[in-house]
Amino acid sequence: MSESQFTISSLGKELQAQRTTAVAATRQCVERINNTDNQLNAFITRCDDSAFQDATAADARLSAGSAATLTGIPLGLKDIFSTKGVRTTCGSKILDNYVPVYDATVVERLRAQGAVIVGKLNMDEFAMGSSNETSAAGVCRNPWDKNHVPGGSSGGSAVAVAAGQVVAALGTDTGGSIRQPAAHCGVVGLKPTYGRVSRYGVIAFASSLDQVGPITRTVDDCALLLEAIAGYDPRDSTSVDCPVPDYQAHLRDGVTGKKIGLPREYFIEGLDPEVKRAVDDAIEVYRRLGAELVPVSLPHTDYSVACYYLIATAEASSNLARYDGVRFGVRHSSGGGLIDMYQQTRSAGFGAEVKRRIMLGTYALSSGYYDAYYLKAQKVRTLIRQDFHNVFEQVDLLLTPVAPTAAFKIGEKTDDPLQMYLSDIFTIPANLAGTCAMSLPCGFDAAGMPIGLQLIGKPFGEGEMLQTAWAFEQATDWHTRQPVL
Amino acid sequence: MNTRYETVIGLEVHVQLTTATKIFCGCSTAFGQAPNSQTCPVCLGLPGALPVLNREVVNAAIKAGLATNCRIAPYSIFARKNYFYPDLPKGYQISQFELPICEHGWLDIGGEEFAAKRVGITRIHMEEDAGKLLHGSSAGSLVDLNRACTPLLEVVSEPDMRSAAEAIAYLKQLHQIVVYLGVCDGNMEEGSFRCDANVSVRPVGQVELGTRAELKNLNSFRFIKQAIDFEVERQIELIEDGGKVIQETRLFDPDAGVTRSMRGKEQAHDYRYFPDPDLLPLEVSDVWIDEVRAALPELPGQKRQRYEEALGLPAYDAAVLAAERPVAEYFDALVVLHKNPKLCSNWVMGEVLGAVKENDVAIVDCPVTPTLLAGILKRIEDNTISGKMAKTVFTTIWQSGKSADEVIAEKGLKQVSDSGALDAIIDEVIAANPTEVAEYQGGKDKLMGFFVGQVMKASKGKANPGLVNQLLKERLSA
Repeated sequence: MSESQFTISSLGKELQAQRTTAVAATRQCVERINNTDNQLNAFITRCDDSAFQDATAADARLSAGSAATLTGIPLGLKDIFSTKGVRTTCGSKILDNYVPVYDATVVERLRAQGAVIVGKLNMDEFAMGSSNETSAAGVCRNPWDKNHVPGGSSGGSAVAVAAGQVVAALGTDTGGSIRQPAAHCGVVGLKPTYGRVSRYGVIAFASSLDQVGPITRTVDDCALLLEAIAGYDPRDSTSVDCPVPDYQAHLRDGVTGKKIGLPREYFIEGLDPEVKRAVDDAIEVYRRLGAELVPVSLPHTDYSVACYYLIATAEASSNLARYDGVRFGVRHSSGGGLIDMYQQTRSAGFGAEVKRRIMLGTYALSSGYYDAYYLKAQKVRTLIRQDFHNVFEQVDLLLTPVAPTAAFKIGEKTDDPLQMYLSDIFTIPANLAGTCAMSLPCGFDAAGMPIGLQLIGKPFGEGEMLQTAWAFEQATDWHTRQPVL
Repeated sequence: MNTRYETVIGLEVHVQLTTATKIFCGCSTAFGQAPNSQTCPVCLGLPGALPVLNREVVNAAIKAGLATNCRIAPYSIFARKNYFYPDLPKGYQISQFELPICEHGWLDIGGEEFAAKRVGITRIHMEEDAGKLLHGSSAGSLVDLNRACTPLLEVVSEPDMRSAAEAIAYLKQLHQIVVYLGVCDGNMEEGSFRCDANVSVRPVGQVELGTRAELKNLNSFRFIKQAIDFEVERQIELIEDGGKVIQETRLFDPDAGVTRSMRGKEQAHDYRYFPDPDLLPLEVSDVWIDEVRAALPELPGQKRQRYEEALGLPAYDAAVLAAERPVAEYFDALVVLHKNPKLCSNWVMGEVLGAVKENDVAIVDCPVTPTLLAGILKRIEDNTISGKMAKTVFTTIWQSGKSADEVIAEKGLKQVSDSGALDAIIDEVIAANPTEVAEYQGGKDKLMGFFVGQVMKASKGKANPGLVNQLLKERLSA
């Protein structure tokens, strides 16, 4: 096993025992990136120099015996996190030259633990996409088959972890943007409960849906990284002041007697038969492990995608108003005055998908349409949230597929935005409901592309969800497979 | 003014709050600092930055709401008002739209020019201010975001006012209240208290409102009156000439004294208000409201009423004393120490206000503190010094900070109230002025003043004038 296949826990043990150094681990990652990223394009900005500085500092801390869980662990960040002094583009031309003056709260927390930040990872522009094809930095490729998309929007994060370029990464998930690429790349991805992790310094797409989460090789790592970033932040009014549990404490408690719901609305026509088979196999695994599988219903599931594309675009249309060329970012102007500057800057700076969503959202909020679209969507959202509330009275968590298909081919859906939007059909409801959900590897299709299993937990039920995921991971070996590069 | 038309005025007032920090970040709100020196990722609208509500702003809003008889909403919501302008960093202003913090209030106004009436207050909401554009630099237009994100209250009245005089009375009272509450410095020139006026006219007797114009750039009470009067005349003339008033925003030009069209309804923005997902709904408990209510100062209206009813002061005195909180507090402190309200009132309105104005000091810094002044008033009432002497004592205390008794003793200003000592002086005066004595006794009563003056002069001002009067009368009528 090469060092590139280290996990947070295995590398952590090596570092603590001083059998290797953070500098060596970082060098391993940098070499892996050098060898693979011309094929994969997972990185938008590399931080080799500062990464080695981080690693040197981490080694000093390790020698001094004051190391934390993440000290010396090479990590990647989706290019949506504000990083002081490191260019942050959010996958957009409009931020091509933007260098933030401050760190996001989650970045501060990683730095405080002594993590090594290796670089900023590719993503769909402003996190708007399900394939990483809308990135201004170009498409990022799936390491299992480079003609396939990695999923999105946190495509670069999933690819970098799957390809061993970093040990783990952070992504963001607004409608599935952590879980879907994690599934497509055969790694573990977790979207926490809304409010569990601070959004301060995370470039907003849809503020009421966005949430930061880990993408890792194992469930164990996912628990470790989540614990490091979770917790109340007074700088984010929507973060919740609720203690962060020790996720390791009950990780290995098993699933005997646990009630797992199978929502019938997620096992529908259009679900790829190979995906269905893999998920059915996973259900069998849980049955064998002693869980009780219960058919349940989330009756408003059908409205999720429509509801999501009204709320997310409405919020985005407002969130993206600040990209006006006045204070930061790329300005285009031919000297024709203010309106001209706005129009040229935004016309040249935003890509087609971002423009489409700004227009959709602007329309949904417009005078005369607000009640019919935005307000109606909010009411539907309440019904969807109630569906989850009701079902969690019957079961402990839910099991579903992550996406209707495995990773599709690059270019396959770019001309059909509606088809693209439907690839998030199983992941969107958890964002609308604000609850936690995660993806873990559960098989491969005939073409050798990974398939993901989704667990949806109760609000702030990350601990129980991780415990359930860990039991599956122990019983299977899907997570041990590595793409050949 | 044409009497066949009725004027209808509603006012929107922006009150800039005096909190130490901004409404959604920790930056200072101090005025007049170097451009962009008081900014951070939040008020610059940098990607990823998030607003956090300043609790002091909510306290100020509750204070203003309680002082204007509003209902304080237990649950209110911040909304985004979306529009593009370079002084608006996020491309939207965080304000309140549906569910503001205060609703259904009122103020009673009264004046010499109109009958007392009640003006409704539709709502008070919290919002952030925008930055400032600086034009005319060689580098083009520049943006200063120090003011961005500073807290404002917007106070919206019902269209209940029927003349510029009523509008001014309402504004002055609102101004007095927010300054009294300490939530606003009230400086209109610096824009701390800004007003937009919605003005329309309608034929007397008509129920429906006429089409309104919104007047902006009204940064003094005088301009507000000028702008409203001009606008009313303009609208009446327009209608009389067969034209129609259009709904539009008009800018007041103080040099020309006219209002000019700025933008019409067809150019009006669609602000696409929606609840700000970055801020939770604001919940204000009864306990919180009660805490704020308990800490409210006595308001100007309550003070006026107390001065008139409990202290028996004339309405004029009550209005002057209550107009500014520091003056009222000076008076309140004094009247506790010296329980002759009218004498206290005379001295505060006369000597104290005169002296602080002449010396250009704030009344809180007046060297003659209420305690020192009470010492003077005590010596007037016990006839130790005359009122006239007291003014000299006041001036001496202003310079020295000594007590009244010290000054009286040092300068030998103690009034002569000993009739034996005075008799001697009176004897001299009578002996020296036989002609006047004869005239007085012949019926020329006015000469009493002359005799008093002579005695006062001979006593170097120390004689007790009341006693002198009494003694002279006895002696001259003998």
